[in-house]
Amino acid sequence: MQLGQTEKPIGGDLPVVEPGHTYRSVSEKISNIVLDIRTPLGWFVAFGSGSILLMMYLISIAYLFAYGVGVWGINIPVGWGFAIVTFVWWIGIGHAGTLISAILFLFRQDWRTSINRFAEAMTLFAVVCAGLYPILHLGRPWLFFWLLPYPNTFGLWPQFRSALAWDVFAVSTYGTISAVFWYTGLIPDLAGMRDRAKVPLLKMVYGMLALGWRGSSRHWHHHQALYLLLAAIATPLVVSVHTVVSFDFAIAQVPGWSTTVFPPYFVAGAIFSGFAMVVTLLVPIRKLYHIEDMITLRHFDVMGKILLTTGLVVFYGYVTEAFTGWYSGSIYELFLFMNRFTGHYAPFVYLLVFCNLVAPQLLWFRSVRTNMTLMFILSLIINTGMWLERFMIVIISLTADYLPSSWALFIATPWDWSLLIGSIGLFIVLLFLFVRTLPMISVFEMQELIHNTEHGH
Amino acid sequence: MSAAKSEGPLIFGLMAEFSDPDELVQKAHQAYEAGYRKMDAYTPFPVHGLPTALGFKWNWVPFIVGAAAIMGGIGGFLLQYWVSVIAYPVNIAGRPLNTWPAFMVVTFEMTILSAGVLGFLGMILLNKLPQPYHPVFNVPRFEMASSDKFFLCIMKSDPKFDMVKTRDFLEGLEPEGVYEVDQDDDNVYD
Repeated sequence: MQLGQTEKPIGGDLPVVEPGHTYRSVSEKISNIVLDIRTPLGWFVAFGSGSILLMMYLISIAYLFAYGVGVWGINIPVGWGFAIVTFVWWIGIGHAGTLISAILFLFRQDWRTSINRFAEAMTLFAVVCAGLYPILHLGRPWLFFWLLPYPNTFGLWPQFRSALAWDVFAVSTYGTISAVFWYTGLIPDLAGMRDRAKVPLLKMVYGMLALGWRGSSRHWHHHQALYLLLAAIATPLVVSVHTVVSFDFAIAQVPGWSTTVFPPYFVAGAIFSGFAMVVTLLVPIRKLYHIEDMITLRHFDVMGKILLTTGLVVFYGYVTEAFTGWYSGSIYELFLFMNRFTGHYAPFVYLLVFCNLVAPQLLWFRSVRTNMTLMFILSLIINTGMWLERFMIVIISLTADYLPSSWALFIATPWDWSLLIGSIGLFIVLLFLFVRTLPMISVFEMQELIHNTEHGH
Repeated sequence: MSAAKSEGPLIFGLMAEFSDPDELVQKAHQAYEAGYRKMDAYTPFPVHGLPTALGFKWNWVPFIVGAAAIMGGIGGFLLQYWVSVIAYPVNIAGRPLNTWPAFMVVTFEMTILSAGVLGFLGMILLNKLPQPYHPVFNVPRFEMASSDKFFLCIMKSDPKFDMVKTRDFLEGLEPEGVYEVDQDDDNVYD
């Protein structure tokens, strides 16, 4: 038997890695995706369509900058239109990446190994898409640095008692720590890319990015300690980000916002939509690059269970929200509840119920969880549902608050839609650039997984 | 320049190649017991027990992360205290200026930010990175150190190092090969 070869499949009847992989085969297969094989046609299709949407995004931003936020459907009272709906949606999507890389690492879930790098990249790009939204939504986006505390000639400072100031710190910390965590994991693999690359220029670029990593035990000694600690500090961070985002709503007085269930309910929703996005992306990519032996049915089985669980937590959140609304006896809360189900936006709410509550029940069946087509469709349904949930929270509450004379409907304009769809383009472009240029599966962790299985550590 | 002054080719050390991580741990133990101290091992993935076998006991990373976390937390709170109480006090119906519960979120975020970023920088500096050149890269087989080969290197700077005896010792460990590691300049590497 060749050394490093896996004898038995890891983890029951659905293996985490198909048997037959060695240290070398793992390293070669993953680096060859970037270095050797012809770029598959599907990559060009995805990257190309992403680029078109990205162009639309840039045009929308240019138009927005030229004419101001009035090009959107926002009005008084609905000042937070698609910008905040989509901000919350994107930032939620990012959560799955950190959950996979940090929390599942601490819980020693071996199946996280082959998807953590990819999911972390997804997190980073989702945070990019999310972070741009509140900035674009500022009336004068070029003054975004006023959000940060810095000495200035006005003698002004941020209001640290405001949830919006907390948000700035939460999101920027989240973005930075995700990037640091991602890069820490990448360094040893970049060194591997340096060693595998044959073109001198590529060797140099990967070599520079690897910072001269030599895999020395001294390096690993420090690296592994840091990796564990980063996982430990990212764990409370991932829970805190959406908690802080939910404070933007929860500490306000608008009916439907002012509720203590928001933080846990937002976090569960974030993980729900994040895992849905991981599934959406991994189904086509594993097929495109023939990595079904590393990202196996086991992964989808487990992710399906997580989707089902978090979906039920979100369901519980809806029920609690409705119950406390009713139990409060507040006519405004009761009206809000009726307005959701019978008002102008009722079709959206029913669609939301279908997407987030009814459709995910299919995940009780293992045959559904291991069926790639169904998982892909379900993941798209869930992501639509989660976007609608944020629409329900942000928009419906704002359209009709306490004083009927100040009510107004929100009607999205084409510029609202083009910016939303365009931000998906930005996400696709960044993600496919990542897949094309960096190892999308963590090589050293896969080798470690094979080593541990082989020796029963 | 300075390389020309010294006599003979410069040597960094001797390197032995193995195929199995657990074997490497055991061989590193033997080398440590034979009295070698200035040595290092190179592996494609972290091998459990190897740093201990090589005699690395202390790890500064947790201390750096811990100190950075405390500094970040205190700094984050003081920033908010200074802004809200001293630099820009806003009297809202006579409520206290030091509203510390409201400052907890940013304090927490700054704790995490500082721990993560300074911890990362600490790891990089402790590993003496970025370091694009290192003598070990002169060994052609060393490319495999990121694939499926495991190397043990005894450095010339070790007091017990002797070209002949150390080579014999490494050969005695039954490696797949023993290589001389050339050095292109006379800087000190570890």
